[in-house]
Amino acid sequence: MADTPIPLEVRNIKKRFGDTEVLKGLSLQARKGDVITLIGASGSGKSTFLRCMNLLEQPDEGDLIVHGEEIRFRQTRHGREPADWNQVVRMRAKLSMVFQSFNLWSHMTLLENVIEAPIHVLGKSKKEAVEHARGLLERVGLTARADAYPAQMSGGQQQRGAIARALAMDPEVMLFDEPTSALDPELVGDVLKVMRDLAEEGRTMVVVTHEMGFARDVSSQVIYLHQGVIEEAGPPQDVLVNPTSPRLQQFLAPKY
Amino acid sequence: MLDLQGYGPRLLEGAGVTLQLAVLSLALAIVLGLLTASAKMSRSWLLHRTATLYTTLIRGVPDLVLMMLLFFGGQMGLNLLTDKLYDQFGVDWYIDLNAFVAGVITIGFIFGAYMGETFRGAFMAVDEGQVEAAKAYGMGSWLLFRRIRFPLMMRHALPGLSNNWMVLLKTTALVSVIGLTDMVRVAAEASRATHEPFTFLIPVAAIYLLIASVSEWIFARLQKRYNVGFGEH
Repeated sequence: MADTPIPLEVRNIKKRFGDTEVLKGLSLQARKGDVITLIGASGSGKSTFLRCMNLLEQPDEGDLIVHGEEIRFRQTRHGREPADWNQVVRMRAKLSMVFQSFNLWSHMTLLENVIEAPIHVLGKSKKEAVEHARGLLERVGLTARADAYPAQMSGGQQQRGAIARALAMDPEVMLFDEPTSALDPELVGDVLKVMRDLAEEGRTMVVVTHEMGFARDVSSQVIYLHQGVIEEAGPPQDVLVNPTSPRLQQFLAPKY
Repeated sequence: MLDLQGYGPRLLEGAGVTLQLAVLSLALAIVLGLLTASAKMSRSWLLHRTATLYTTLIRGVPDLVLMMLLFFGGQMGLNLLTDKLYDQFGVDWYIDLNAFVAGVITIGFIFGAYMGETFRGAFMAVDEGQVEAAKAYGMGSWLLFRRIRFPLMMRHALPGLSNNWMVLLKTTALVSVIGLTDMVRVAAEASRATHEPFTFLIPVAAIYLLIASVSEWIFARLQKRYNVGFGEH
C-alpha cells in the first residue's frame, strides 16, 4: 500500500565489534500490524539487531527507514554516525523500546515515568498526559501502583509499567528486547498476556524473545538468527512447526 | 559578656564577605566541575588531556600557593595585556584585579578540579540502562541531562559535594593573603590591636561552625530529595 508508509524498514544491516562481525547484512520490514519475533541462541546477534533499529547501536552499514523517512549517516573518525542527531531523536520518538532490565527511571514514580516523555518529548500538556497514563496503567493492571517508585515494585510490575511507558508514546513500532528474560517464572505470564493483547489490537511489534509459545501464537513472522545471519524466516507455522534448517531443528528440539 | 571592643560590625561584615565568597566560589566550582567531568568522559583527546592537566595541577599544588600565583600572576597577565593594547592600538586601559573577584575565581578554580573528580565518579555510577531508555524515548542530549542523568548523578555526588563544600568554606580563610577583608582578617587585625586574640578568634570559629551546621542541614535535605526512590523496598 503506497498511501501509508511502512512503519519500519531496515536493509542490509552490518555491525562489527572489533574484529568480530556480529551482524552480517540483515534486513527486515515491519508493516502496520506486523508482529515480528526474532529468535536464536545467545550471541546470535538478535538483541544487537534490535538495538540497531533505534540506533542505540550504530550499524556500520545498512539503511534504516522509519515511517518512510530514511536516516542519514556520515563517516567520522569513530566510524559511521547519524548525520543529523535531531533526525534520530525524532525517529526514536516514533519507536519505543521495552528493555530486558525494565530501565524505569528510578527517581520518578511509575506515573511520572509514564508521563515523562509524552510531556517533554511530544509536548503534551500534563493534564492530557496524566489522563492517558492513568488509562494505560489501568490496562496493565497497575492503577494501585501509580505513585510507587520502581524500587518498590516487583519485576513483573516494573515490566508492565515499562510497557505502559512505551504505549504512552503512541509509537509506530514497539521494540521488545527480551522483555521476560529477567523475570521470575511466575511473573512471566502477566507480561506476556499484556503483549498478546497488544498484538491482537494490531500494534506493530518487533520482539526479541525466548518464549516460543508467544512466538508461535502471535507472530506474523518469525526470524531465526544464527551467528549474525538470517538462517530461516517466515510465518510461525513454517519456521517453528516445520523448520527446514537442521540448526533450527536442533534449536527448537526440547532440551532435557 | 562578650565585648568586641567596637569590632563587632566589621567582624559581621567580614562574615558576610566569607559567606558570599564561599557561595559564589561553590557555584563556579560546580560549573567547572561539571565541565571537567564531561571533558574527562569525552572522546576528544584534547579535551581529555586538558582536563587531566587541570586536575593534576590543582591537586598537586597547595591552595595558598595557587591563590598567590593566580592573584599576582593574574594581575601581571592583565597588565601585560593592557600594555600590549596600548602599544598596538593606543587603547589606554588599566584593569585592577578586584580582590573579591580574584578570590572567587581562585577558589572556584581550585575546587572545580575536586568537583570534577566527584562528578566524574558520580556520572559513572549512573545506571546506563536508564540513560538508554531516555535515548530510546527520543530525549535529546540536554533534556536527557536535565531530567535523567543529572538527578541520577546527584544522589551519588552529594556526599562528596558536601565534603568539598566544607573544605572550600574553610579555604576562604586564605583570602586575607590577597588583601581581602574577610572575617579572619578582621579578627587578626583586632587581635593585634587589642592583644586579646580569643575575644575575636572564638567568635570567628563559632561563625564558621554555624555556617557549617546550617549547610549540613541543607545538604541533608538535598540528599533526601535526590535519594527519592533509591533503594527503598
